[in-house]
Amino acid sequence: MSNLVEIQGLVLRFYTYEGVVKALEGVKLNLIDGETLGVVGETGCGKTMTALSILDLIPPPGKIESGQIFFKGKEKTIDLLEQKEAFLRGIRGKDISMIFQEPGSALNPVYTVEEQISEVFMLHRREELTVAAIEAIERDAESARGGLRSFIYGIQRRIYRKMLKNPRSLSLRFLSRIPVVNRYKRRLRKEAKKESINILRQMEIPDPERVADMYPHELSGGMQQRVVIAMALACNPTLLIADEPTTSLDVTVQAQILDLIKKLKETFKSSIIYITHDLGVVAETCDRVAVMYAGNVVEVADVIEIFKNPLHPYTKGLIESIPRPGKDFKSIKGTVPSLINPPPGCRFNPRCPKAMEKCSNVKPETIEVKKKHFVSCHLY
Amino acid sequence: MGTLLETVRLRKYYPIKGGVFKRKVSDVKAVDEVSVNIAKGECFGLVGESGCGKTTYGKTIIRLLKPTSGHIYFDVPSDAREKIAELEKSSHGSRKLKKIRKQYDLTMFGGRKLKPLRKRMQIVYQDPSKSLDPRQLVKNIVEEPLKVQGLGKGAERRERVLEILGKVGLTERSLYRYPHEFSGGQRQRIAIARALAPNPEFVVLDEPTSAVDVSVRAQLLNLFQELRKDMGLTYLFISHDLSVVECISDRVAVMYVGKLVELAPTIEIFKKPLHPYSIALMSSIPIPDPTAKRNRIILKGDVPSPVNPPPGCRFNPRCHMAIDLCRKEEPELKEVSKGHFVACHLVKG
Repeated sequence: MSNLVEIQGLVLRFYTYEGVVKALEGVKLNLIDGETLGVVGETGCGKTMTALSILDLIPPPGKIESGQIFFKGKEKTIDLLEQKEAFLRGIRGKDISMIFQEPGSALNPVYTVEEQISEVFMLHRREELTVAAIEAIERDAESARGGLRSFIYGIQRRIYRKMLKNPRSLSLRFLSRIPVVNRYKRRLRKEAKKESINILRQMEIPDPERVADMYPHELSGGMQQRVVIAMALACNPTLLIADEPTTSLDVTVQAQILDLIKKLKETFKSSIIYITHDLGVVAETCDRVAVMYAGNVVEVADVIEIFKNPLHPYTKGLIESIPRPGKDFKSIKGTVPSLINPPPGCRFNPRCPKAMEKCSNVKPETIEVKKKHFVSCHLY
Repeated sequence: MGTLLETVRLRKYYPIKGGVFKRKVSDVKAVDEVSVNIAKGECFGLVGESGCGKTTYGKTIIRLLKPTSGHIYFDVPSDAREKIAELEKSSHGSRKLKKIRKQYDLTMFGGRKLKPLRKRMQIVYQDPSKSLDPRQLVKNIVEEPLKVQGLGKGAERRERVLEILGKVGLTERSLYRYPHEFSGGQRQRIAIARALAPNPEFVVLDEPTSAVDVSVRAQLLNLFQELRKDMGLTYLFISHDLSVVECISDRVAVMYVGKLVELAPTIEIFKKPLHPYSIALMSSIPIPDPTAKRNRIILKGDVPSPVNPPPGCRFNPRCHMAIDLCRKEEPELKEVSKGHFVACHLVKG
């Protein structure tokens, strides 16, 4: 069991007009190969920002100040933060992909479902598509008996073989600019469409051929989320980041999607980072849980351990604030502090029921209290 | 406890217009024959998936929308209600019936007659960042219902605003600030203060906790409980978050494509749901306990369109127990045990 992702000392700042937002302050997190890691916390705790840092997709005023993100790639372990943009573009969607919160806004309204999924194939799996296209040309050429047709197929075959050898060759780029002639690319698209319909079928979408030609607005929320998941899983990623994939869905649809993600995890053998604020969902899907508060990871433990024996006062508060019938609602007083001027010391100290003097001065270190149970609090 | 609000076979259809002359082609049956009575001081939960007509129902009963047919009675003596039902049975459209309905039935009321009722029934919307005017000070937002209703003057009104803000847990400092300066939970408190300013008896809470965080949600729910005790309020609590409804409501109704499928006291419906849809709905609540055993029923497919719902029972295409009768005949809402109503052919009382 080795780490697939290891985040160390990640510091993220947003430089805004009001001041410097200290969004992440030394985040340390690891994801073991093949597990599902739940990341929980309130809004504005830096859950999504941690995920976006892995993909290096931090929106403009934000800047990663320091830290390392190690990712175990196919050949060797790399630090994602040191890579060039072009390299990262090859990784995004192929090795690491993401499911976004609102399927309605994650999909482009002016393209059909199939066009959007095909894009992933066209970008990352061109080679396989080309091979499939050559096979299709050969099949067509056999059935054509001489004449103009077999002449055209012959040319197509030559173009595609060249594409397989060197997809960025000058003559190919030249050909793709000439109208009518550039229609040779249609075969590639056709193969991509076949693949897209295939992946839609795996998402348990009824009648995938029909759905493929629909626009996102024609689909219900649950269906849209399936399409987004299909896009994410199109290239069989080793790491899947799911950012609140079921928050905007109904409970019955949520149950469907959770069930689907569980099944797909087994077939695709991906590791998942599951970001959510619903502890019920965490209990059902995750192997390990990391609790985040105001840009820090405050507790990491196994899912059973965290529900049975939560150590950090914030984790305790979160678990207690789940409504349970017959009991009073317990809540954490106050709200998440502004990250422009976060409280000194432990960032949770103004809301903490067990705060000591030390808490408002010294930032607690992360310690391993029990085996595989990390907590950063002065109480331990 | 007496009934505060009652709806009888309430319908709200939205016409779909089409063709050359924009004639009515068909209807979106958002709320279809919903009969409910809500007792004084009760918290009545209404659950269902999105698009099943929960919000439309909530808005219709406080007459923000005009119903297509049916009756709404708000604080009407029971003998008047009985009389209307009696008259309706005997002769349709009689002058007497019309007269008595004009006096009691909210569906017949117009603008001027509704105005005094508006201060008695209020609504809190789902997303406070959308329901509050971003260009008004909190003071003006909370004061507005008092102004419209002509309640109090000058200093008196200001005092009332302060009092109500104190009740929802905001201080005097927030008076001269704009909604964007507050966090989500506090904004929802402003919306609650605005609803409670004219001292209503009945409040529709339309998913008031779905736009806020888990910890803030608990704070708000506590506030609702407190206010209910303090001010003697009656709630219609609309939500799709079943765990919240389970904790706050006295009775729960489950809605599916515009119809009620089950209505029962909270404990009963969560422990022993009878309608197959309720069973599936209850089983799909995520349990915050990793060791708990789950036997989940996963519903296939999506909610049908309310334009042409499936014939017979509306749940039959997704129901795993459907029989032939379900596809032909629509089941009635019938009482199977005391206070427990179910609309299903398979459940026998």
